[in-house]
Amino acid sequence: MFPTPIQKRPRSAQITYQAFLPVALIVWLLPLLAVALFSIKPDADFTNGNYWGVPSSFEAFTNYGKVFFESNMPRYLLNSLFITIPTVIGAVALSCMAGFALGVYKFKGNLLIFFIFIAGNFVPFQILMVPVRDLTVSMNLYDTKLGLVLFHVAFQTGFCTLFMRNFIRALPFPLIEAARVEGVAEWRIFLYVVLPLMKPALAALAVLIFTFIWNDYFWAVVLTQGPDAQPVTAGITEFNSQFRAAYHLMSAGSIVAALPPVAMFFLMQKHFIAGLTLGAVK
Amino acid sequence: MSSADTNRSWYKRNEIAITPWLFLLPAMLFFAVYVIIPIGQSFWISLHEWDGLGDKTWVGTANYERLLGIGDQNIDRKFEVSFWNNLRWLVLYLLAIPAGLFIALFLNQTVTGIRLYKSLFFFPFVISQVVVGLVFSWFYLPNDGLFDVIIGWFGLDIRGGVLGNPNTATYGIIAAGLWPQTAYCMILYLTGLNAVDPEQVEAARLDGAKGRKMLWYVILPQLKPATFIAFVVTIIGALRSFDLISVMTNGGPFGSTRVLSFYMFEESLSEFGFRMGYGAAIAVVLFFIMLGFIVYFLWSMYQDDKGAR
Repeated sequence: MFPTPIQKRPRSAQITYQAFLPVALIVWLLPLLAVALFSIKPDADFTNGNYWGVPSSFEAFTNYGKVFFESNMPRYLLNSLFITIPTVIGAVALSCMAGFALGVYKFKGNLLIFFIFIAGNFVPFQILMVPVRDLTVSMNLYDTKLGLVLFHVAFQTGFCTLFMRNFIRALPFPLIEAARVEGVAEWRIFLYVVLPLMKPALAALAVLIFTFIWNDYFWAVVLTQGPDAQPVTAGITEFNSQFRAAYHLMSAGSIVAALPPVAMFFLMQKHFIAGLTLGAVK
Repeated sequence: MSSADTNRSWYKRNEIAITPWLFLLPAMLFFAVYVIIPIGQSFWISLHEWDGLGDKTWVGTANYERLLGIGDQNIDRKFEVSFWNNLRWLVLYLLAIPAGLFIALFLNQTVTGIRLYKSLFFFPFVISQVVVGLVFSWFYLPNDGLFDVIIGWFGLDIRGGVLGNPNTATYGIIAAGLWPQTAYCMILYLTGLNAVDPEQVEAARLDGAKGRKMLWYVILPQLKPATFIAFVVTIIGALRSFDLISVMTNGGPFGSTRVLSFYMFEESLSEFGFRMGYGAAIAVVLFFIMLGFIVYFLWSMYQDDKGAR
């Protein structure tokens, strides 16, 4: 193991390390702790210039209550959910199939198609912006959740296919050959042999795509404009103009907006990290 | 051909050849409609003048000439600023890689509670860039922001605050972006360090290697896959910078924090009118910058893929 395990160091080094850990963590998360502090302060603290001191009263319930009951926030949150969940299902389904095709079969153009998927996944959003917006408008899907979902599914398929294909490649191929010898139809091989083995990959991708889509801002701004369809990332700017300079409410809103992917991460940590490393770093 | 074969349906006989295409079809269809074809369309639009609603007017390469200042006109000032800012982003964003490695080395221990520490250090990456931007813009508030308070202790003062001063605003935003990006690189290296071969480390230790030498000659070569992915995601992240700029400064002050992705958006979809053709031309330039990296990434992956076979 590198660096040398702290247990092999002198006792003093161990104590210093243990003591330094929480300090480092607090410094690292300082901006977040500040927002958390903001979100429980009363309005008066900001007008009195007490930005960073101890809150003069504990107002978490009033602040978060306002976010949930006196703003469009719940709506934006629901929109985000209705955009994110279908996208996750769609992108994972499409890429499972594509990854199976690219990972199992040898045919002309296999590698080319695979590389097109990867390359497309790296292009700047801006080169897609005008045509995609146009397409969405012409399908009458501008400012709808479906319009966003369709685009997200298509774009995320690139990344997911990369992931799935590499994962399927690493599966034991003799298993598939054995099934073929038994005369099992190809689609059944996919459904009953390969798919059950892909569970870890499915979980990793689902968590990862959930976070990506939940946090998307650019496409939300390009393809939607009102509380009917806007997800929470775009909604938060709207929310902020409603409560201009009301830092206690804006920070409470931000925390609420950030929470779902955070919860997802802590619940599914192992899968999340497997996904992030593209499965390449094992 | 045996009689049994002719009795089987055409699909059955060609199953192995057709199945992959059937499985690929939906993904390819979606990807073509929403990603591949739009790239071509953007090229086409960039050769026109277009407000997004009416008819397109063919202008040839006029948009590019205006953008790059070819002929007797000056280079578009806003474009120039955006381009240099993009370079700043690219170079400074790469700091996330050594910083991530540093934190990973710091946390690669087995003491009680270290798992929780690791996840909390990773935390910033999971939060949306919009929220990161908001958090940092409050952190940078002139006079009242924690950052101004802290530099005040050292007798420093930035006029107009970090984000209000054209000389510091871009750096302030990049610093905000580095926060989640460093967390990402850290997690890549932590997983990489887990896979480092302990026998090699022990052998090197017996040979007297330690500290920096050990890191450079024994550990880093084994972390190469992690470094590659960290490099890819950091470059892409740097060139995609949009959310933070939009939330923190909206391109200001005096347009000093624009980057190409933001400038493109501004030209195509802002209150100043829809100049889609010009915007598309900016996007094409950005695309070509990115393409250089994409080709390099793909080439590296191709080499790996060949090696794996």
